[in-house]
Amino acid sequence: MAMTMHVDVVSAEEEIFAGPATMLFAPGAMGDLGIMPRHAPLLTRIKPGEVRIVTEQGEEEIVLYVSGGMLEIQPEAVTILADTAQRADDIDEAAALEAKERAEKLLADQKDDIDYAAASAELAEAMAQLQAISRLRKKVGR
Amino acid sequence: MAVGKEIRTKVKSVQNTQKITRAMEMVAASKMRKAQDRMTASRPYAQKIRNVIHHLAQSHPEYKHSYMQDREVKRVGFIVVSSDRGLCGGLNANLFRTTLKSLKEWDAKGVGIDVCTIGSKGTSFFKRLGSNITAETSHLGDAPRINDMFGTIKVMLDAYDNGVIDRLYVVYNEFVSTMAQNPTIDQLLPIEAKEEKEYAHHWDYLYEPEAKEVITDLLTRYVESLVYQAVVENVACEQSARMVAMKAASDNAGDIIDELNLAYNKARQAAITQEISEIVSGAAAV
Repeated sequence: MAMTMHVDVVSAEEEIFAGPATMLFAPGAMGDLGIMPRHAPLLTRIKPGEVRIVTEQGEEEIVLYVSGGMLEIQPEAVTILADTAQRADDIDEAAALEAKERAEKLLADQKDDIDYAAASAELAEAMAQLQAISRLRKKVGR
Repeated sequence: MAVGKEIRTKVKSVQNTQKITRAMEMVAASKMRKAQDRMTASRPYAQKIRNVIHHLAQSHPEYKHSYMQDREVKRVGFIVVSSDRGLCGGLNANLFRTTLKSLKEWDAKGVGIDVCTIGSKGTSFFKRLGSNITAETSHLGDAPRINDMFGTIKVMLDAYDNGVIDRLYVVYNEFVSTMAQNPTIDQLLPIEAKEEKEYAHHWDYLYEPEAKEVITDLLTRYVESLVYQAVVENVACEQSARMVAMKAASDNAGDIIDELNLAYNKARQAAITQEISEIVSGAAAV
């Protein structure tokens, strides 16, 4: 019987494949990789592309498309942590900026709230003064 | 006969409310099932990536990443995961209470605090509180996508990289069961490596391209997956809490309707009795 290794392909949102395989091809960051059982431990990034898994029977070949991710190889097991979307530093950067901007906008709104509070306090003060004045006038009028 | 018209109107309005709460209960029940499925679906990834990190901690990497090193705490970051909508019982209130307790403890130690919020309830709460909100994401919907959270997470990771914060926590509701949700605070950074028995032989991964890049990528994904897991779990909690709250509301509405009907019937009965006695006494007078 041919030697097999356990292959897991998972993404953050779901499990894509799990089972034994005799061979696996993946698009590594430094070039395509063909992995057979008892490979040396290896950790690499993978590029968007197709992952081919040759299952135990040997005839069957499963082709999966991944949009990048990480690949971990242990002698008896291979794990592919697939990304759900293509990653690029500038896209991440833009998303981060956006999240920051939203927060800043919120904080700016908060400032408006404070201004509102200050304004209402001033208003209350002014009203109190007016009341005092009118009371004084009444007294004087009497 | 216009007896108890007000009571009848009131009954009508309570019945309408009950209809709404019942509908919401059913909607929440079906959404909850889907949210639970999503929660289970995201578990394998978190588990696998944890395994890989476990292996990494056991190997003897040539490069020690800052995400795995403890340092003196001067400022902490919190990612608070809350729901976008209300009407889900005390779910958010409990979560905020737990968060506040922890914030106060840090504050007492003279440690500064940065907050990132996911979900609009948390945003408005921490805004009112006057916390330093560094990033915000909301309206992720019932099926949150991990892509929508990258921004918020990256803000915090950058802050950690630049030494602005020295620890990062995520706060969310842990899904225990439909009836029970548990406000939880988990430490994201530095990654707590479990104490393991040392392996006799020394081994290390081959890294392609560079150890630093690969490990950074891996750890970033790890943190992201944990936050995603927290968000998904929180959605499941939200739906189940809403279902329970709406069920209670429907039951209460039922009780109120019963009481009002009783009052109405009593009033009606009293009116009839009075009328009869009036007729009888009128007849007697004649």
